[in-house]
Amino acid sequence: MSVITIERKVLEKNDEVARRNREVFDDHGILVLNMVSSPGAGKTSILERTLEELRDKLRIAVIEGDVQTDLDARRVAKYNVPAVQIVTRGGCHLEANLIQEAMGSLKLDSIDLLIIENVGNLVCPSNYDLGEAMKVVVASTTEGDDKPLKYPAMFRNASVLIINKIDLLPYLTSDLATLKDNALKINPSLTVFEVSCTTKQGITQWCEWLLENAQRRPAS
Amino acid sequence: MHELSIAQSIVEIVGQYVPPAQQEQVRKITVRIGAMAGVVPDSLEFCFSAVIHRTPLAGAVMEIEHVPFTVSCQSCYTTSETEPGLALCPLCGSVDTEVKSGTELQVVSIDVDEATTGAP
Repeated sequence: MSVITIERKVLEKNDEVARRNREVFDDHGILVLNMVSSPGAGKTSILERTLEELRDKLRIAVIEGDVQTDLDARRVAKYNVPAVQIVTRGGCHLEANLIQEAMGSLKLDSIDLLIIENVGNLVCPSNYDLGEAMKVVVASTTEGDDKPLKYPAMFRNASVLIINKIDLLPYLTSDLATLKDNALKINPSLTVFEVSCTTKQGITQWCEWLLENAQRRPAS
Repeated sequence: MHELSIAQSIVEIVGQYVPPAQQEQVRKITVRIGAMAGVVPDSLEFCFSAVIHRTPLAGAVMEIEHVPFTVSCQSCYTTSETEPGLALCPLCGSVDTEVKSGTELQVVSIDVDEATTGAP
């Protein structure tokens, strides 16, 4: 019996494509967000509010990932921004090569901010680098305040946490401070925003922060 | 759910070292999985057996090396195993920690039975 020792990362192929995507984004000075959350936390609603607020200030494009249908791309198309829909047909996450393909349909020279909305899933997308500058995880108050402890990988790998549906807090037993505490226990360096897409509370703070970060990335 | 694509990636990596004609001699594939790799070992084993079914690799078994989630604390200078994902040092409670292990997802080695290599 002979043993071939290889010590190879299983996802190295994805990581390699992600690295190339990142190089292309950096060359074009595009800030890329990978938005992740469980289904129904409000990624698309946050995206819509963000487009309303920032579409006159930044050139924004969107890549929508869904298991089925182009409903989200159609919601986004109303805002007159370039949007590409990726339908994974059962796939539980986006992979770097899907983003590479989608990039072919976008005019990269005329984009400042690219928002990738991942498939609603708090487990699988945390393993797959897409070439983004940062992961933005959305947690809604209705999901309970223990989500970060149950899905630590996603919160650990994210740079930003947006807590959505804060207008519903009076009707819920989940506690905002506990939710934040739990998230910071997993990842003390998270930048946290508290928003409601219904009342638009907190949206301006998030958008101002995003605008500042997008403007800080001139094309190299 | 993504264990299937991970199983496929593992088989692909094995293929880079062992050509299809010799894959029947592969006895064992050792993979290393960290406690916070986001992979369910049972699902991966199930998906692996489905992926190799009726292929030259069908006789291979997968052995999993489990790696605990550990953090090294910058406040009390200790390294300890803790609840996967938690940034808190279990000894002093500091959040100033660095992940030391637990995110691994690697193919470690392939055992090939040489005795039958080249047999008709």
